[in-house]
Amino acid sequence: MTAPTPAAAPAAPLLEVKDLSVTYRTAAGPARAVDGIALVIHAGETVGLVGESGCGKSVTSLALLRLVDPDGHVALGSSVRLEGRELLALPGKEMRQVRGNHVAIVFQEPATALNPVLTIGDQVAEVVRTHHKVAAAEAWRRAVEMLELVGIPDAAPAAHHYPHQLSGGMRQRALIAMALVCHPKLLIADEPTTALDVTIQAEILELLTDLQRRFGMAVLLITHNLGIVAETTQRTYVMYAGEIVEEAPTPALFAAPAHPYTEGLLAAVPRLDAPQGRLTAIPGQVPPATAWPAGCRFHPRCAWAWERCAAEHPPLLEAAPGHTARCWLLAEPGRRAATSTAEAGGSRGAGA
Amino acid sequence: MSAPAPAAPRPLLEVTDLTVHLTRRAGVLGARTEIVQAVNGVSFAVGPHETLGLVGESGCGKTTLARAVLRLIEPTGGTVTFDGTDVLALPPAPLRALRRRMQIVFQDPVSSLNPRMTIGRAVREGIEIHHLAEGADADRRVERLLDEVGLPRDAVHRFPHEFSGGQRQRAGIARALAVEPDFIVCDEPVSALDVSVQAQVLNLLADLQQRRGLSYLFISHDLAVVRHIAPRVAVMYAGRLVETGAAATLYARPAHPYTGALLSAVPVPDPVTRRHRIVLEGDPPSPVRPPSGCPFHPRCPHPGKDERCRTERPPLAPKAGGQLAACWKTT
Repeated sequence: MTAPTPAAAPAAPLLEVKDLSVTYRTAAGPARAVDGIALVIHAGETVGLVGESGCGKSVTSLALLRLVDPDGHVALGSSVRLEGRELLALPGKEMRQVRGNHVAIVFQEPATALNPVLTIGDQVAEVVRTHHKVAAAEAWRRAVEMLELVGIPDAAPAAHHYPHQLSGGMRQRALIAMALVCHPKLLIADEPTTALDVTIQAEILELLTDLQRRFGMAVLLITHNLGIVAETTQRTYVMYAGEIVEEAPTPALFAAPAHPYTEGLLAAVPRLDAPQGRLTAIPGQVPPATAWPAGCRFHPRCAWAWERCAAEHPPLLEAAPGHTARCWLLAEPGRRAATSTAEAGGSRGAGA
Repeated sequence: MSAPAPAAPRPLLEVTDLTVHLTRRAGVLGARTEIVQAVNGVSFAVGPHETLGLVGESGCGKTTLARAVLRLIEPTGGTVTFDGTDVLALPPAPLRALRRRMQIVFQDPVSSLNPRMTIGRAVREGIEIHHLAEGADADRRVERLLDEVGLPRDAVHRFPHEFSGGQRQRAGIARALAVEPDFIVCDEPVSALDVSVQAQVLNLLADLQQRRGLSYLFISHDLAVVRHIAPRVAVMYAGRLVETGAAATLYARPAHPYTGALLSAVPVPDPVTRRHRIVLEGDPPSPVRPPSGCPFHPRCPHPGKDERCRTERPPLAPKAGGQLAACWKTT
């Protein structure tokens, strides 16, 4: 949330993902869950990755840490570089040193991500001892210190508690302590607050922002919640149907979304500050990963679509400096003006 | 008592002092029983064609309350009056008849639809149980209902697993509508859906209400969703209503500190607005051992919090904005 402006960072990126594709074998044929993703994250930056269920955002996060399950296959030619080092080519042993030490992940469900038969202190200390040659007592000391830092009250005695003795919010804090105890350079937070109540969510988001500032780490925040993206990130990638469809500095994304999907998503979000009334829905459903539509994958649901959208797959085109979108409207901006005057916004998002 | 919203002459549903205490086993091998005070002395009314939004976080008792209103759980105290009938006093047969008029739509359409029953049969079931139509007449009704909720006609012969979450929720709504109810409890009906589909289903519920003159008790943990559908809102905390009133007032000028904290915690999809967020300390209280006095006092950020808050429970009382709130400290 501090502002090391991403544009003014000529230094090599912390994380650079190119052409990342993950395919799953399913009964209905191969599912291209993630299809040619490119991502860049600079040191200290908070980046959002947003999308709805099935868009591939969680598979992306797993692939970055090589945690894709055996049914999934990371395509040849995919590249994930951390400080220039190719993670996809690392031997297993070295990869284990990267996980938890340089890159850590916090998952959505704190109840299942913690081991139920170990105390939270043991679980945090175990991470320390996996990555550093320290005595058990020292590992425990660091664990307690970290538990205190994430706001677990009376951390020294609480470290002896088992996960089931903690509330959901406290379990999520314990998981964050596990993730951060080795001071990673990058934290991947995959829907870190989705299972929590809104007041607890607020606490956890404040905590993450505070820790990020304190440790100067980068955060990749994966979420379906546009409110969380708006409040915590500097730059955002929007995913749809296995692809990045838009990338922009977060303020620009909300002020002037360039992709009709992003636009539709923003209009569909219920807002506290809006009066009672109808929402603008995006018609139709997200297609299954086994059958992405030809051309632009969003075209069957898009109010602007014309022949080209059904025939040709759009590349990411520039909307403004640092702002790209996978939409032919950027190549033919005249169409947007023409359609909107012809229909006066009539058919947009009509179909509930 | 100043009316929180222009209330209808006679409410369709009137709930007075409703209490649900559940008994559960606790301790080693369930050696001991404990009483869970899920709902405590809750009163509200829903008028004809009206939507009341009921908001609260997990464990606040909102789902138990909804079920108790329909007598899917037996309340331990209080009254529920539906269109002049005392629901809690009804013997089984007339209760079944009354349930035709009171329906429920659940959060999770996957587990509320029988996986081995086609959508057509699921929708038709209620029509037959309540002898509303049969044969070809019933077929036509089912088709009309599917049209009305925006499902394709061939859904009649298809099974729930063939549909997406949003479509299954439409099927759940069609099933509730099949018996032509006056009142529907919507229990987190869009919580499991993605944003784009959630908007479709919310719009559908609003359209159906207008067309059919339905009343809704709309339960959600999401204040923004409730803002879009309900002109009147009740906020629940630890088994009790802590604030109720017109949505416009309650969202703009909450009188209960809990409502204020809840509203401030919702992330706003606007990177330019920076609001003051009230972060609450601690967790909601245990329903087995609710705190003395005001149930919110252990977490309350109000600077004037005092001994009275700790010892004496505040009643719902009229506040300056026109809403009712259970707080000693706000006016």
